[in-house]
Amino acid sequence: MTLHDPNYNFAYLDEQTKRMIRRALLKALAIPGYQVPFASREMPMPYGWGTGGVQVTAACLTPEDTLKVIDQGADDTTNAVSIRKFFQRTAGVAVTEQTAQASVIQTRHRIPETPLIEGQILVYQVPIPEPLRFLEPRETETRRMHALEEYGLMHVKLYEDIAHNGEISTAYAYPVKVEGRYVMDPSPIPKFDNPKLESAAIQLFGAGREQRIYALPPYCRVTSLDFEDHPFEASKADHDCDLCGCATSYLDEVIVDDAGGRMFVCSDTDFCTGRREGGHRGRLSPEDMA
Amino acid sequence: MTPLLQARGLTKHYGARLGCGNVSFDLYPGEVMGIVGESGSGKSTLLSCLAGHLSPDAGEVIFDTRDHGPQDVLRMSEPARRMLGRTDWAFVHQNARDGLRMGVSAGANVGERLMAVGARHYGDIREQATDWLGRVEIAADRIDDRPRAFSGGMQQRLQIARNLVTGPRLVFMDEPTGGLDVSVQARLLDLLRGLVREMGLSAIVVTHDLAVVRLLADRLMVMKGGAVVEAGLTDQVLDDPQHGYTQLLVSSVLQV
Repeated sequence: MTLHDPNYNFAYLDEQTKRMIRRALLKALAIPGYQVPFASREMPMPYGWGTGGVQVTAACLTPEDTLKVIDQGADDTTNAVSIRKFFQRTAGVAVTEQTAQASVIQTRHRIPETPLIEGQILVYQVPIPEPLRFLEPRETETRRMHALEEYGLMHVKLYEDIAHNGEISTAYAYPVKVEGRYVMDPSPIPKFDNPKLESAAIQLFGAGREQRIYALPPYCRVTSLDFEDHPFEASKADHDCDLCGCATSYLDEVIVDDAGGRMFVCSDTDFCTGRREGGHRGRLSPEDMA
Repeated sequence: MTPLLQARGLTKHYGARLGCGNVSFDLYPGEVMGIVGESGSGKSTLLSCLAGHLSPDAGEVIFDTRDHGPQDVLRMSEPARRMLGRTDWAFVHQNARDGLRMGVSAGANVGERLMAVGARHYGDIREQATDWLGRVEIAADRIDDRPRAFSGGMQQRLQIARNLVTGPRLVFMDEPTGGLDVSVQARLLDLLRGLVREMGLSAIVVTHDLAVVRLLADRLMVMKGGAVVEAGLTDQVLDDPQHGYTQLLVSSVLQV
């Protein structure tokens, strides 16, 4: 553990703010899927860059923690690098890119491929916590709908998908029902990741601009909404990873030239690196690689 | 026979002004009641109080529920009242845009109530939606179009289909033909009359158009200044009006 910048309190936020966020987190864990309001603070980054997730992470971190930050599955993108550096400086915690080594993982738009284990905390950055937002614009009304469990409208959206596209075309932020009670927006993760929401780890969701926190305790029942004759399907691109050959991980499509060339690679960079180090090879792996 | 809906002494004030005062009536199953009066006479306030959209200052609205018999709607729990609003009750707004979801297709509009009461089979929902669009004379190939692409008359018919799909027993209608031209009005009225008779619906129709009540309503209440000034069988009230205001109302209808 390195020392953190002494000009900041540990993990940037003051202790009272962290207490306030922890209280919201405990309430959210006690009522899985329920959106708990909290007094979101100004953070030294713009809204939309993960201010909610950063505040939740700050409230969870201890000096002994090992932090991993991912953005769309990758450890090396701007957002992930900036947030990782932010906590290295303000909290002095150890950081890692390996899912298995991390005790706290902040993520945007993905759940790591490596299964999470008990004791780990996964923190999501959430842009819009309200799953009913685009169906019912009034916040007073959506809160009442949550309170009275009136979720028929959610199926209207899925109906529209099937009517216009022949199948449920919602591919990310796919609505789920938690423990048979609250309908929840799992943040914009691909629906491929929905089955992984039933996890051994604690999952915390922070929406900074909207000032909401919600959570999934370990082993909590999470069902993706669907129709009896159009069941939920966790879909992905129908290819293998071109670097590690994995057929079961979520893939990004990368355009490589202006002649229609493209490659598919694992969106989880840590998972892909691990497989390549283990000797797995894909279609576009360099020939000389041992 | 138990009345389907009983109103007892319904009163609603807006500050110092009277919305509607001390209104009482019984509505029996299969009966259509018209409420007429000029603008500001309190007829829409009364309808909103009956339908649970406004809470009256005094009075009771007793509805004969399927499971628990006659119950005061105003003292029901909110979930129970909203459930009633999705199943046994229907509300047809004057402006179809208030009653429709403009952002989703016609089929989804009709299916919403079904999904709200737990239908989870896409094929069944779509089949029922197609059936209901046919019953309100909307072509089946318009099922995936949004209501914005519909004419005013079609929107109003779609709103009716959307409301009747769960087989309600009581329909509230607020100026169902307002804002439509006369030939479209005539067809809509014809359709409504057919549906009401065929399904044995009870309905409360608020309108300022006496032709609408003449065609649809069995009984009539005339309101003025928040109070009921005359009530009785439709033909009786319209052909032999007793109260001065009713006489004025009946004689103001233009003869073509």
